[in-house]
Amino acid sequence: MEDKDKKIESLHLKLIPYFEKYGILLLLVLMILVMHILQPDVFLSWRNVTNVFKQISWQSMLALGVFMVIVTAGIDLSVGSIMMLSLMILAVVAKAGAPWFIVVLTPLIAGFLCGLFNGLGITLLRMPHPFIMTLGTLYIFRGAGNLISGGTPISGFTDEVRYLGHGRIDLQWLGLEKSQYLPVSLVLIAIVYIIFWIFLNKSKTGKWIYAIGGNPNAARASGINVNKILIIVYSLCGFLSGIGALILAGRTDSGYPNAGLQSELDAIAACIIGGASFFGGRGTVLGVFAGVMIMGILRNGLNLMDVSSFWQQVLIGSIIVLAVYIDVLRRDIGTRK
Amino acid sequence: MSSISNPLLEAKGITKYFGTITALENVNLKVHAGECLGVVGDNGAGKSTLMKVLSGLYKPSAGSLFFQGKEEILESPRDSQNLGLEMVYQDLALAGNLPIGENIFLGREPTKNLGFLKLLDFNKIKELTNAHLDKLKINVKSADQKVEELSGGQRQAVAIARSTAFNAKVVIMDEPTAALAIKEVGKVLDLINSLKKTGVGVIVISHRMDDIFTVCDRVMALFQGTNFAEASLSNTSRDEVIGWIMGKK
Repeated sequence: MEDKDKKIESLHLKLIPYFEKYGILLLLVLMILVMHILQPDVFLSWRNVTNVFKQISWQSMLALGVFMVIVTAGIDLSVGSIMMLSLMILAVVAKAGAPWFIVVLTPLIAGFLCGLFNGLGITLLRMPHPFIMTLGTLYIFRGAGNLISGGTPISGFTDEVRYLGHGRIDLQWLGLEKSQYLPVSLVLIAIVYIIFWIFLNKSKTGKWIYAIGGNPNAARASGINVNKILIIVYSLCGFLSGIGALILAGRTDSGYPNAGLQSELDAIAACIIGGASFFGGRGTVLGVFAGVMIMGILRNGLNLMDVSSFWQQVLIGSIIVLAVYIDVLRRDIGTRK
Repeated sequence: MSSISNPLLEAKGITKYFGTITALENVNLKVHAGECLGVVGDNGAGKSTLMKVLSGLYKPSAGSLFFQGKEEILESPRDSQNLGLEMVYQDLALAGNLPIGENIFLGREPTKNLGFLKLLDFNKIKELTNAHLDKLKINVKSADQKVEELSGGQRQAVAIARSTAFNAKVVIMDEPTAALAIKEVGKVLDLINSLKKTGVGVIVISHRMDDIFTVCDRVMALFQGTNFAEASLSNTSRDEVIGWIMGKK
């Protein structure tokens, strides 16, 4: 009898890490199943699935950036504004007639510099919390974006500039139909997420990002230059927002003043749904991806069912609370009492 | 013993100001190989400040540090670690969200090259961790266990293991038993004694006379930021040391 109890307990202990790591994927699979049952003809069609991926493409970049920041126990409220400013700079540079390879680089550089600005502000100005610095730059960057564009939309980019957001990879050579293409943005998401997964899990800097979130004093005492790592994290977050701007430019063919409005909140929500802890040091790249997908599928599914966008807001808010509550329960099981 | 004449670590005339506050004034300290020095003093006597100066976390306003007879200027904890001067902090300075092995090697992780990428070598971390924990006779379930899952005594043991993983010559411990359950205190003190036997110089800051009188060879008292008294353990008593802490000789 005792042996049996022990076996159950050890199995229990062995399963917990997997549950912690992949529990969120269960929720995602469950949602896909429910949507499939509710919309059997449409939801899992090629067209709709690629649509979901196209819709989450730029949000997934912002969420990944914000995720890294949250791992350090920080927050970045400015990612939506960084994306908008980067997009506006791209639009202005494109309209000025710059060659496409320069136009493509501008949002990446602009995003990186905005992030660097955040990082330097937080560390050098010794802001009491990143919330304050990035709340400030949320206004600053959006204001700057409107200043350089005159507050009006700027439209019309070349195909090269639009490739990452709008491009299609033809799959007819696989015997598929012309409508069954792969969006370039989906490939881009996969590549960027894999690179950042390797960076966060397999590199020294990535490990230090987690260590800073776990205990900044421990990191400092270990000789890690915490400020330098934080500056790198915020810069990379800005850079990812810049990639988001490039994708959005492709999707909408336009730079517009409301681009990315409130998208910082979506990004934070995706991280939280995906299991990242606001106290830092916890969360996975896979979780963030699941979080982005859950939000994307929810919006898509509710649109398919013609549910009003007001209900979408209510439901997304509820999912945030529910996901964190599941996380609380999960931790209860996971920690020794 | 030649080591008596050549201290491993010596601090001379250390002074530290924080704005207008004088935390340390002209403080001297030395520790030899295989010796344990106890540092006692009331709250605010300057013990922790002195240790942070020795570990390179604070720069002294005046005074100098000599390591193996050579003057050294410590710009950061990394500098002191490179010399073989390690610190075990009172708040343990461990990242609870990381496994034991990654805590022990935090900031100094072994890596392997994969093409142009330099990736963490998790197998090596595990291997070195297990070997090191075995050497110190520290028992944990696995090097992969997260630190937040450990008991206070196990955490302290990991912190000590961490400080000695890179051929430390001097280990400074700030209140090593303060946060521990009584049954765990003995294990940590045993660990300190076995460190001494390997020739490491140990500095223990503690309020607990039991700790001082179990592991230390010499004790010095700080009072209001200055050297107040010092004696070898055989020449003093608990009551006398407690008197020093309160500023009575």
